[in-house]
Amino acid sequence: MSSEPTTTAPAPAQRGQDVIHNIGYRRYEGQRLGRSYARRSLFIQSLRGAFGLGRSAKSKVLPMILLAATSLPAAIVVAVSVATNADELPVGYPEYVLLLQPVIGIFLAAVAPQMVSLDLRFKTTPLYFSRPIERSDYVAAKYAALSAAVFVVIAAPVVIMYAGAMLAKLDFGDETKGFFQGLVFCVVFALLHAALAAYLAALTPRRGFGIAAVIVVLTVPYFLMSALQAIADEQDSLSAVGWLALGSPGTLMDGLQSKFLGGASGFPGGHGLSNAQGALSLLVIAALIAGSYALLSRRYRKAGL
Amino acid sequence: MTVIATESLSKRFPRVTALDRLTVGITPGVTGLVGANGAGKSTLIKILLGLSPASEGSASVLGMDVSTQGSAIRERVGYMPEHDCLPPDVSATEFVVHMARMSGLPPTAARERTADTLRHVGLYEERYRPMGGYSTGMKQRVKLAQALVHDPHLVLLDEPTNGLDPVGRDDMLALIRRVHTDFGISVLVTSHLLGELERTCDHVVVIDGGKLLRSSSTADFTQRTAALAVEVTDTDRHPDGTAALRTALEGAGVTVHADESGAAPGAGRLLYITVTEDSVYDAVRDAAAELGLGLVRMEQRRHQIAEVFTQQPHESRSPEPGDSEHQRPQEPAQVRERSSADVV
Ligand SMILES: Nc1ncnc2c1ncn2[C@@H]1O[C@H](COP(=O)(O)OP(=O)(O)OP(=O)(O)O)[C@@H](O)[C@H]1O
Ligand SMILES: [Mg+2]
Repeated sequence: MSSEPTTTAPAPAQRGQDVIHNIGYRRYEGQRLGRSYARRSLFIQSLRGAFGLGRSAKSKVLPMILLAATSLPAAIVVAVSVATNADELPVGYPEYVLLLQPVIGIFLAAVAPQMVSLDLRFKTTPLYFSRPIERSDYVAAKYAALSAAVFVVIAAPVVIMYAGAMLAKLDFGDETKGFFQGLVFCVVFALLHAALAAYLAALTPRRGFGIAAVIVVLTVPYFLMSALQAIADEQDSLSAVGWLALGSPGTLMDGLQSKFLGGASGFPGGHGLSNAQGALSLLVIAALIAGSYALLSRRYRKAGL
Repeated sequence: MTVIATESLSKRFPRVTALDRLTVGITPGVTGLVGANGAGKSTLIKILLGLSPASEGSASVLGMDVSTQGSAIRERVGYMPEHDCLPPDVSATEFVVHMARMSGLPPTAARERTADTLRHVGLYEERYRPMGGYSTGMKQRVKLAQALVHDPHLVLLDEPTNGLDPVGRDDMLALIRRVHTDFGISVLVTSHLLGELERTCDHVVVIDGGKLLRSSSTADFTQRTAALAVEVTDTDRHPDGTAALRTALEGAGVTVHADESGAAPGAGRLLYITVTEDSVYDAVRDAAAELGLGLVRMEQRRHQIAEVFTQQPHESRSPEPGDSEHQRPQEPAQVRERSSADVV
């Protein structure tokens, strides 16, 4: 717009002033990179923050322990397979990610409130919104950063397993296919869990509540649905097992990988989803992501200032 | 040339009218926005940043319309909120660098400008420490630095002296003055203390209940509100020195009031003298010398902002004897609290 300086030229200092401060104010005539640069910067800063980078040494501890907790078992699995000359890995790529759910739960509970609630709690958001970036940019950057952080934590072991499979000279075609299915699974898993956790964390500026809310939503429905599935299986009600899978993030993920990504079902009795249930589960996943994101955006319309 | 112009600007919340047909033009320089709690100062700033839509009327900042060019305005304007806004676990340097990037500055420029700006606001070694351990004065400086780091044309400072002790307050006001004189950045600064803004601002805008009460240059204000408090000793010849001085001064055509409230100890001995021109100071000195009275004290007093509220905007009558000005002459003048009943 107006590139003309709209202020008066600096007038000579009028009163007795501190000499130290008085030397050399320099105008900034360089580039101003605008919204998309600011959004990208916020994304990178938030993603680094999730792993404690650029923050205190203390805040690096938990994320690094969790990253080790997801990756070390994968490295061990791989080492054993290589040592025993196995002809396939003992656990599939998506299935391994499913096994990590408790660790991811802890990671999300620690990181989401840190990434989202702190700006609300310390009222830093007005400083963002008084700059060129819009509220939608802020929400997009935070959500993308949380998704990317989850993706890093779960995709790291998948990559390790694939690298090990190649070292052990397992079947290239099978392993590569499984690897890509695993990565797709990681993407969907990260998008869904980040959306839920970001929304829950943004509901309250209190970090403790955020942690509790994330843990409750990721575990309680999952345990409930798993228990109901076990009962349904006892009573030979096969289709009920599939329908119940729609009831929690964890069972949705399990159904998704066994139906579409070549994984083995973790449901009681090893049942999978019917075609209708599979299609519906995709819809439910998409709706959960979109719904959480919309609620998150709405939260910032009000919480802005 | 105006940096900020509003035209019949109104903001209505469901139960409160925060701004009521406010029309005001603000020129480059340091402008004080004065009003009681709830007067609408913060609301006006949020509208000017394009963050909160006006209910009615229009406003422009640096020639850009707030309703359509908010993003462009925010690129060229800095904002310092009235509340705390600093995360405690990061250092001032990291924080301000991040905020500079949020304003669009490339990484290298963001770091350089951060170092410069923190130095300009007077933050040195402590800028590498987490901000949680900072004093209020240091926090206010960081808040100011993040508003200046992208070299804006205009900064909007919402109660920057909030929570500061008298020395911190003076430092902050001197810093704000320099933002204009040395950095060439125009400033809109809010306060509920007229007294402190008089010394810092070129121009003062007073609002009350969202309405414009007065907009005039500071020189205009101080001239009209300057008063002198004088206390003298008694002597054998003049057992009531105060009364004798009063008679002498009134004889010389100077307007004098005694403090009738008698609230403060010794208050009855103070005379309040309206300073219309510099010769009044000489008249006081001469009268005291002639009567052989010792001058115990002679100090500048500013009138209460409440007095400003009782005057009609833009009028120029001189204060009459019996005006409320001498009743509570404490410094700094503090705006009376508006009760919530006033607001609704
Ligand atoms: N989001 C809001 N919803 C409803 N009412 C509001 C809102 N924001 C401000 N108000 C009301 O508008 C009026 C003006 O508020 P504002 O914050 O602008 O005052 P102020 O001059 O900044 O006061 P202070 O000196 O206390 O900061 C107040 O009565 C306040 O209660
Ligand atoms: Mg305010």
